[in-house]
Amino acid sequence: MARLRIKDHIRESRTFNERAAIALALVIIMIFVLLARLVYLQIISHEHFSTLAEDNRVSIVPIPPTRGLIYDRNGIILAQNLPAFSLEIVPERVSDMGQTVAAIGAIIEITDDHLKRFNKQLQQKSAFRSIPLRTHLNDVEVARFAANRHRFPGVEIEARLVRDYPYSHLTAHVIGYVGRINVKELKRVDAANYSATHHIGKLGIEKFYEDSLHGTVGFKNIETNVVGRTIRTLERTPPLPGRDLHLTLDIQLQHIADKALGNHRGAAIAIDPRNGEVLAMVSKPSYDPNPFVVGISSKSYRALQSDIDKPLFNRALRGQYPPGSTIKPFVGLAGLENNIVTTDTNIFCQGWFSLKGDDHKYRDWKKRGHGNATLEKAIIESCDVYFYDMSLRLGIDAMSDYLSHFGLGKKTGIDLPGELAGILPSSHWKRQKKGLPWYTGETLISGIGQGYNLTTPLQLASATATLATRGLHSRPHLVKIFGSRLNSALAPVAFEQEDRHQIATDEHWEYMVEAMVKSVHSIHGTARAISKGMSFKIAGKTGTAQVFGIKQDEKYVKEDIAERLRDHALFIAFAPADKPEIAIAVIVENGGSGGAVAAPVARKIIDQYMASKPSS
Amino acid sequence: MMKAKNKEYTQWGERRQSRMFTRGLHLDIPLLLSIIILSAVGLAILYSASGQNDAIIARQLTRLALAFTVMFIVAQIPPHHIQFWAPWAFGGGLILLAAVLLVGEAGKGAQRWLDLGFFRFQPSEVMKLAVPVMVAWYLADNPMPPTLKNLFIASLLIIVPVILIAKQPDLGTSILIASSGVFVLLLSGIRGKHVAAFMALIATCTPLLWFNLHAYQKTRVMTFLNPENDPLGAGYHIIQSKIAIGSGGTYGKGWLNGTQSHLEFLPERTTDFIFSVFSEEFGFIGIVCLLALYLFIVVRGLYIATQAQSTFSRLLAGSLILTFFVYTFVNIGMVSGLLPVVGLPLPLISYGGTSMVTMMAGFGVLMSIHTHRRLLSN
Repeated sequence: MARLRIKDHIRESRTFNERAAIALALVIIMIFVLLARLVYLQIISHEHFSTLAEDNRVSIVPIPPTRGLIYDRNGIILAQNLPAFSLEIVPERVSDMGQTVAAIGAIIEITDDHLKRFNKQLQQKSAFRSIPLRTHLNDVEVARFAANRHRFPGVEIEARLVRDYPYSHLTAHVIGYVGRINVKELKRVDAANYSATHHIGKLGIEKFYEDSLHGTVGFKNIETNVVGRTIRTLERTPPLPGRDLHLTLDIQLQHIADKALGNHRGAAIAIDPRNGEVLAMVSKPSYDPNPFVVGISSKSYRALQSDIDKPLFNRALRGQYPPGSTIKPFVGLAGLENNIVTTDTNIFCQGWFSLKGDDHKYRDWKKRGHGNATLEKAIIESCDVYFYDMSLRLGIDAMSDYLSHFGLGKKTGIDLPGELAGILPSSHWKRQKKGLPWYTGETLISGIGQGYNLTTPLQLASATATLATRGLHSRPHLVKIFGSRLNSALAPVAFEQEDRHQIATDEHWEYMVEAMVKSVHSIHGTARAISKGMSFKIAGKTGTAQVFGIKQDEKYVKEDIAERLRDHALFIAFAPADKPEIAIAVIVENGGSGGAVAAPVARKIIDQYMASKPSS
Repeated sequence: MMKAKNKEYTQWGERRQSRMFTRGLHLDIPLLLSIIILSAVGLAILYSASGQNDAIIARQLTRLALAFTVMFIVAQIPPHHIQFWAPWAFGGGLILLAAVLLVGEAGKGAQRWLDLGFFRFQPSEVMKLAVPVMVAWYLADNPMPPTLKNLFIASLLIIVPVILIAKQPDLGTSILIASSGVFVLLLSGIRGKHVAAFMALIATCTPLLWFNLHAYQKTRVMTFLNPENDPLGAGYHIIQSKIAIGSGGTYGKGWLNGTQSHLEFLPERTTDFIFSVFSEEFGFIGIVCLLALYLFIVVRGLYIATQAQSTFSRLLAGSLILTFFVYTFVNIGMVSGLLPVVGLPLPLISYGGTSMVTMMAGFGVLMSIHTHRRLLSN
């Protein structure tokens, strides 16, 4: 210390008081700084932070609606929602995951695939959310786990609704199936309405009536904490279940038709001609739609796709076949209405027909010919030469115009997705599609349903129904009534009817129906084999469609040709002939003869129908 | 060494009965009442913040009881005894700090605890009191204002423990201890030019400090500067805290109704961020009342300091009460996004034991200073 300093208590005290006053002032200023900050946060930005707090707190969880059920016309259930059991684990409640999974594996089968999927979700999901380890447990597995449940805290059996098709193969081509919704489909639908939905109609009725079947999504506002765990439900808007569908289909008739087709590939369709209701629609072979709901394995899917019999192919709707001789009643009416022939016109059939200046022989199926033939005989015995001659004079465009009245070459407009239109050729069509002129020879083979002609079984059935009602056309459809069975206010679906009586005179209608009746019931009829023991009259027409072109002067010997190159067998029919209630088209791929193979299928369907007339 | 000039004696008989009673117990009624009210508010808000956890409340009550007991005991010690023991306490504290760095127990990534077998404690808590006591002891010996040499030595007395604590690392506490020492210097009446020189020293030390910071401390500072940069990581605390405070609005959401805290969006809601819970539930009005209460304690503390009869008592009381305010300011500043998150509790309200006991010991010192005054005249 350089110089002595004396402590001056009075001065020190005063200095301290000054400093304390400055400190107090600073304290007050700092408190005001804090207050200013809090005014900013709590008063000026209150709105903003309130919103953020609310966003933190409340989340909206959609509740899926229950999908509408599908019934047949007699109330038998064809598509339902069954609870499926899955084994789910809440990770945060399991202390040793590896050991738990291993222990579960000892009582329930867990594959590597299951484990892989489980472990992937384990990393992605929050610890309190349950993660499925196995889905679709069977009853035995559920029981086995239930007995061991005490050993597995945090492991639960959960029931979820899964679409189920009890008739499996039998209805697959009509009802289709639902499957996991994909990105493309999600773009097409209202994403909000599907926010809780995992499945969407992929095919058939399920796809066509997706909007009605799906229902409206419900919502609940839930309060969640920081990790997303639900604390409580604040508000709940219940979902609106989808509407049930009552089909026109008669599952009994469907079953008979399926059985009648046996192991053949082909299709059979039965329509009520009075209103267009589709009573049966079978495409064979078929497949089990149920695996598609839960996700079919790629191996099974490849097997279905590469199957030579194409079970996934809906022949009734998308199979396009030459109609063969089943087109003759329609072409015949075209001849009559265009005054090319009369009911009495006779044409001589020598077994073949040729154009002037051309030595190509257009052959009749009967090598020796039918001799003198009227239109009636030409229908009954399916004389080709009569139709060659008549078609030549009618011309392709007049024929095409007339046949279009029966819906050939156009989609029927059935309530199913994916229908094909077939081909009703005309000179205009050929120029447009092929860029080539029409050749006269092509008119001849068009007259017997060969050449460019292609029809779907559904089109043939629909055309037959129009023929059966003598010109009353109803759009074929599958849904009869919307709504729940429990709901008294059922809404029948109205489908338009169109009067096409004028396309033929009464005389011509009856003449053609009579000819078709005789093709079944007369001794020369091509379908005479099925007429035995029938208490009513069937009007029918057989057909054979060439798959394999045979060369000139070559004989078609069925046994010599590989099964898949044989002709398709066709048959159209309606019954009872005077007051038709059912119209049918049957196609048996590579069946050979329409009368021998396709007609008996139709007979069995008609018998079943007449034996147990469905309620309308 | 001991100074006889500040020998205290008590005066009996000239006071009213009640005053005599509290005087006899060496308690300052205004300070005691405001501390009790603040503790009660703290318990209420802790009950809400902990999700109505009775066990936590019971534990906090036990700590409060311990803290009040410590305060009461400390209040009985005359200031000159404190002054006498100052160098010993400071020296012991330094040794303990060094021991922590060598053999201390790590907790949450920082070495702060010393396990004495039956008792685990943080030597830095001792230094919270020992540093201002030591600096006041050193300066009180000399005439005011202190010379540059005095200042230099006093600065060393501050910097050594601060560096030791910052090394643990415990940034919050080291800042507090540094400020408690600096408050003694400032209150001692150091000259303006010395203050300016001091500021310059701090300014040059800041970059040095920055490079010695741990990564997580740097992150906290960076996060403070821009919390939205890392909304799910380091900035999360601040963002959620601001949402809690802001959504409270003028009147608050009501006691037990804070969504941010009850739904666990708010981290550290019973400890460092308890003020956010308070703000969310009691709103701006509640905050004004709370800050008024804190201000009252500070004013009372400063009053006690000005009424103190020795330089040592004055400097110590002033430093303690201002440090108490710094605690409050830093905590509220950090949860409201004004200051970086340095991890300081809100005094008397946050859940936690050690710092509360130290705090109450500090109040004990204040009460001791006030109640051991020699009455001069009427």
